[in-house]
Amino acid sequence: MADLSVKVAGVDFKNPVIPASGVFGYGREYEEFYPLSKLGGIATKGTTGQLRTGNLSPRIAETPMGMLNSVGLQNPGIDKFIETELPNLMTKDTVIIANIAGSTPEECAEVAAKLDNTDVHMIELNISCPNVKQGGAAFGVSCEGASAVTSLVRKSTKKPLIVKLSPNVTDIASIAKAVEAEGADAVSLINTLLGMRIDIKTRRPVLRNNCGGMSGPAIFPVAVRMVWQVANAVNIPVIGMGGISSGRDAIEMMMAGASAVQVGAAIITNPFAPINIIDEMNEFLDENKIKSVSEIIGTVQPW
Amino acid sequence: MKYTQGKYILLKKQTLAKQIYDFTILCPDIAQVACEGQFIHVLPQGFSLRRPISICEINKEQGTLRIVFDAKGDGTKALADIPQGGAIDVVGPLGHGFTLSEKENKVVIVGGGIGVPPLLPLAQHYGENATVILGFRSADAVILKKDFEATGAKVIVCTDDGSADVHGLVTGPLSDELSGASAVLSCGPIPMLKAIAKLSEENGVPCQVSLEERMGCGVGACLVCACKVQKEGQEKFGHVCKDGPVFDSKEVIW
Repeated sequence: MADLSVKVAGVDFKNPVIPASGVFGYGREYEEFYPLSKLGGIATKGTTGQLRTGNLSPRIAETPMGMLNSVGLQNPGIDKFIETELPNLMTKDTVIIANIAGSTPEECAEVAAKLDNTDVHMIELNISCPNVKQGGAAFGVSCEGASAVTSLVRKSTKKPLIVKLSPNVTDIASIAKAVEAEGADAVSLINTLLGMRIDIKTRRPVLRNNCGGMSGPAIFPVAVRMVWQVANAVNIPVIGMGGISSGRDAIEMMMAGASAVQVGAAIITNPFAPINIIDEMNEFLDENKIKSVSEIIGTVQPW
Repeated sequence: MKYTQGKYILLKKQTLAKQIYDFTILCPDIAQVACEGQFIHVLPQGFSLRRPISICEINKEQGTLRIVFDAKGDGTKALADIPQGGAIDVVGPLGHGFTLSEKENKVVIVGGGIGVPPLLPLAQHYGENATVILGFRSADAVILKKDFEATGAKVIVCTDDGSADVHGLVTGPLSDELSGASAVLSCGPIPMLKAIAKLSEENGVPCQVSLEERMGCGVGACLVCACKVQKEGQEKFGHVCKDGPVFDSKEVIW
């Protein structure tokens, strides 16, 4: 058995596999399949300052080798999360990453400040949601927007701060550098790619929200490319995600420069995906006589 | 561990009508804990999303589950291609099913089209105390009539075009059968469920409806299969996979 442990922004993970925010709720449902302690960590469902009811259905559509979703950040709000979900999660012997979001930089900062007084291990800031103060454009699509929200959140918490980057940008490496300069301890990428499907019989978009975020194996090569570009541009650790569905994918993502990986859509396809990925990574490392998974991080040898 | 995922053997496969497939799956661990009105989440090979299919029969002794589904899309067509004896990837049992009472109670069970299969276990529970009203497009779409008759229940079949049995909608016979009923249990297309719920509520009979929505994880984590419900006077999103598929009709905001 190879050593699967990794360290990201000073936090020890027993293995590098983390269910991504949004697919895993607060872990309660998946505990009915396997003990959560098998996981490297858990990124919890995105939490905002107040309760959000989310979008109308349908919120999901299938795409070739993937899916689109538009849940709309449905969550009970930060106070309820801290009161009813976080204490339970903190007993699960795995790294707990609270994913947070807001409509304004101030809302994000307020949520982060509330988490600062809890035992949560890390905070992951979602900058792909619309900034109502900037006409609805996502914080994460410009260096200025990403810097502003990161700066404010950084000032409101001492917890290790991961900024989760949007792939719907021209140059993701420049956004990564911008958030690094504002004190982010790590970046995670990629969030979903904006997409759309239309029912050609009704001429209506399949999603009630018209557009949604695309995920699944179809986006994996895009994610590998962006992780590689970002890992080459920053000095902080990168958590890679986007279409990972096997141990080989996870290994590939780490060779591109990721220190850990998150798994999202694959869990919808198979609830055991993170567990299978951990097993398959172990097999690959053993077969290739690699003692520790951290040895492979960023070892791609570009032409 | 409440949920199981695995590849199970498709013991028996047959067609009941055009595109309507009838599978018996050997999955003892799931069958052992499955309840009436729950569903299994089945993965067609090569697809990213599972298909929720309601359970049509639970045989705990033989460890089997029966599902009946309409192969109308690419995913369900891929499922229909699985050969008898082949493997089928199942997560289950999932969802909140029907709430049953003592079998001595008189109930009315109402189904429409591909909403009919999950009602069979209810007829098996209530037997001759159940009146079953089944609606179909036409005679060639009628499924499971004999299975329902074998339970001892009174079975009324309606067809939209009158090509078999009663000509008309299920709500016709339903209004005659409501008196003295302790509950109405139903599954089918939304306009039909809405009409059944209205009629039941007007007659003071509690009504349970099984809903459908495009689904993701199937276990209540990803929150995609949202439907509007009211609880304690508050309007909110419930989730078909975990809070349902079966809801009290008074909770549903149609």
